[in-house]
Amino acid sequence: MKSWKELPIGAMIIEPGNSIEYNVAQWRVFRPVLDKNKCTKCGLCWIFCPEGAIVRNEDESYEVNLSFCKGCGICQRSCNVKAITMIKEEGL
Amino acid sequence: MKRVALSGNYAVAYAVKMADVDVIAAYPITPQTPIVEKLSEFVADGLLDAEYINVESEHSALSACIGSSLTGARTFTATSSQGLAYMHEVLFMASSLRTSIVMANVNRALSHPLNIWNDHSDAMAERDVGWIQFWVNSVQEAFDATIQAFKIAEEVLLPVMINLDGFILSHINEVLILPDEELVREFIPSKPLFNRLSPKLAYTIGVVGPPEYYYEMRYQIIDAIERSRKNINEVNREFGELFGRTYGNISTYMMEDADYALITMGAVSSTAKIVVDSLRKEGEKVGLISIRCFRPFPKNDIIEVFEDVKSIGVLDRALTPGGIGHPLFTEIVTTLYDSSKIIPVQSFVGGLGGRDITIDDFKQMYKIIKDVGLSGRRKPCIYIGLRE
Amino acid sequence: MFKTIKDLPRDEYLAPGHRLCAGCTVGTAVRQILKASGGNVVVVTATSCLEVSTSYFPQTAWRVPWIHLGFENSAAVAAGIESALKALRKKGKSNEDFHVMVISGDGGTFDIGIQALSGALERGHDLLYICYDNEAYMNTGIQRSSATPYAAATTTSPPGARSIGQRTHKKDLVGIAIAHGIPYAATACPSYPIDLMNKVRKGLDVEGPSLLHVLTPCTTGWRFDPSLGIEIGRLAVLTGLWPLYEVDRGVTRLTVQVPKREPVRKYLELQGRFKHISENEINKIQEIADKNAEKFGLGPIKE
Repeated sequence: MKSWKELPIGAMIIEPGNSIEYNVAQWRVFRPVLDKNKCTKCGLCWIFCPEGAIVRNEDESYEVNLSFCKGCGICQRSCNVKAITMIKEEGL
Repeated sequence: MKRVALSGNYAVAYAVKMADVDVIAAYPITPQTPIVEKLSEFVADGLLDAEYINVESEHSALSACIGSSLTGARTFTATSSQGLAYMHEVLFMASSLRTSIVMANVNRALSHPLNIWNDHSDAMAERDVGWIQFWVNSVQEAFDATIQAFKIAEEVLLPVMINLDGFILSHINEVLILPDEELVREFIPSKPLFNRLSPKLAYTIGVVGPPEYYYEMRYQIIDAIERSRKNINEVNREFGELFGRTYGNISTYMMEDADYALITMGAVSSTAKIVVDSLRKEGEKVGLISIRCFRPFPKNDIIEVFEDVKSIGVLDRALTPGGIGHPLFTEIVTTLYDSSKIIPVQSFVGGLGGRDITIDDFKQMYKIIKDVGLSGRRKPCIYIGLRE
Repeated sequence: MFKTIKDLPRDEYLAPGHRLCAGCTVGTAVRQILKASGGNVVVVTATSCLEVSTSYFPQTAWRVPWIHLGFENSAAVAAGIESALKALRKKGKSNEDFHVMVISGDGGTFDIGIQALSGALERGHDLLYICYDNEAYMNTGIQRSSATPYAAATTTSPPGARSIGQRTHKKDLVGIAIAHGIPYAATACPSYPIDLMNKVRKGLDVEGPSLLHVLTPCTTGWRFDPSLGIEIGRLAVLTGLWPLYEVDRGVTRLTVQVPKREPVRKYLELQGRFKHISENEINKIQEIADKNAEKFGLGPIKE
């Protein structure tokens, strides 16, 4: 843990977006699984995800980054072609 | 450089103009209002190039000042009494986010009963907010302290409050030396401060500080204000070189061989000096100390002048109901605890809500201080001028 | 103008790893808002869910400059930043140029922050004030605010033998904002991302103050399954309880038409906070939707 001398002054955080280091995946009970064959690349799961856990690739394909997913299931609900299924995490 | 007669309020306004501030956010309150009126005129007349935010409250005044200061603008506001009390929570934020705001606080009593007149209740209630606090004794000092405040605030990244007594200093004209603007600019160049809100940096400011970090973050304020002692002295020395006037953290009068001393803050020291002169003529070895820098408290300066004093009186112009002592008294007694001698200290309260403290009142205080010195026993706090 | 999802920027200015509840639509809304902003923006946030869950030291979810001071003063802080930038640019002390935006909750906007908001709007600062509205003090544990809708249960408007839940109606925030004579104000909902993001763009581009009132359904406080937030937001719009409109220089315009409205019952029955309400209250809420429909020109209720 940093001493008072090592902390930035004025209660600042000087590394933008370093919350990616914080493990939210451990909150998850259900995991989204995307069936790429069914996916129509509409992008709704991507724009509705509260976390930014859906990755939009350059070729407009999508995938889930499970490190950032809390398992809320909004993506599944937003998918009109049912390409996403929520599966219970093992050991829970 | 010219000699002019100005009120304390206008002296502050002229200092702010000469400091070429970028942003002023202010709300009217008696007896501070002439400061922000004058600044408003300067801006309207094109004499000061600043954004003037007519905020809807003191709470917003200081909030806007924090946003402004962190964006890198030289920033000023002024207030009094209820206005300062309304800022209370924001005062902490201004220091803990390490802004360089300069604020004039024209001292006035707190409600209730509503009272627009002078005492020190407002600023004393904000002792612990992490601001540097200056208290001035004259219109010249009000001007000089404001100029110095910008330099100190920008060096140490702590906000500075300049306290001047409502009406007694704020509304009374005194002759002062107004320096040339170029000289002021030489002392405090008109340059932007570090912009901590730049998109190039994307800092996050004003975070949640959980128990494992809050303590360290708050300790930084202790460190900063302790280190500011050096800057305050250095700025004062530099000011003296350029302007020919310097001020210590305390000002003393006839203390070299004094047996009995009275400690005050603010403009009442002028009346006290008259009494010191007259008692000296009668052969009484009395002296006077006025505290100019209340935060950080000038402990070492005070211990030094008390070397050979037999007893001390402390005049508080604010109350700590239910406390062991009123604010200034408590500071002095705590200071003396670390000195090698035991000196009896008598507590006085006077001048609340604009009640005059007369020459006779001061004579009475000096007489009591002497009695305490001779007997070695102090009395409970004496409320000077209170009708029993 | 954004027209399709494909037009929306890839850039993410709200980093993952924030601590908003799973399924919190505030995360969705802020992602969309910041994408629309293009990132050249300073964000001020009042004390709120969003504030505590994005700035828990030593981690921040913000990739744009961000500041939080207190609960009631976000509009004043934004005013100070905007004025400072203006002054410094005017005086040649800075060549930086960025937008100033507030993103604060309904408590920090409707209640404790309305004085500072009114002041900032009246003075004409060039800033966009966004209120994300989850209709109660969710950060302190679901207490009612003046944005809580009629009949909703909160911990301080509980239903009981002598209570129907919240007995008052939501304030008209856009109406209050427009009464200050500001050039642009609108409602939005993250269930309609393109509508929301175009409104953010308009609010930023217009000169002077603008306000966006964004409905953000709250899984925890409204008591619905975390997967339902976007659907519930959509139902708020489709029932007419949350008409999507804008007031652009005095002209009010519906931005999302609802040709056939859903009955409010469909919206209410998904939420635990309305579980207690009687037919009488449902009818009263239907009346609110009907009045909105009349005012903004929404279609009739589906048969």
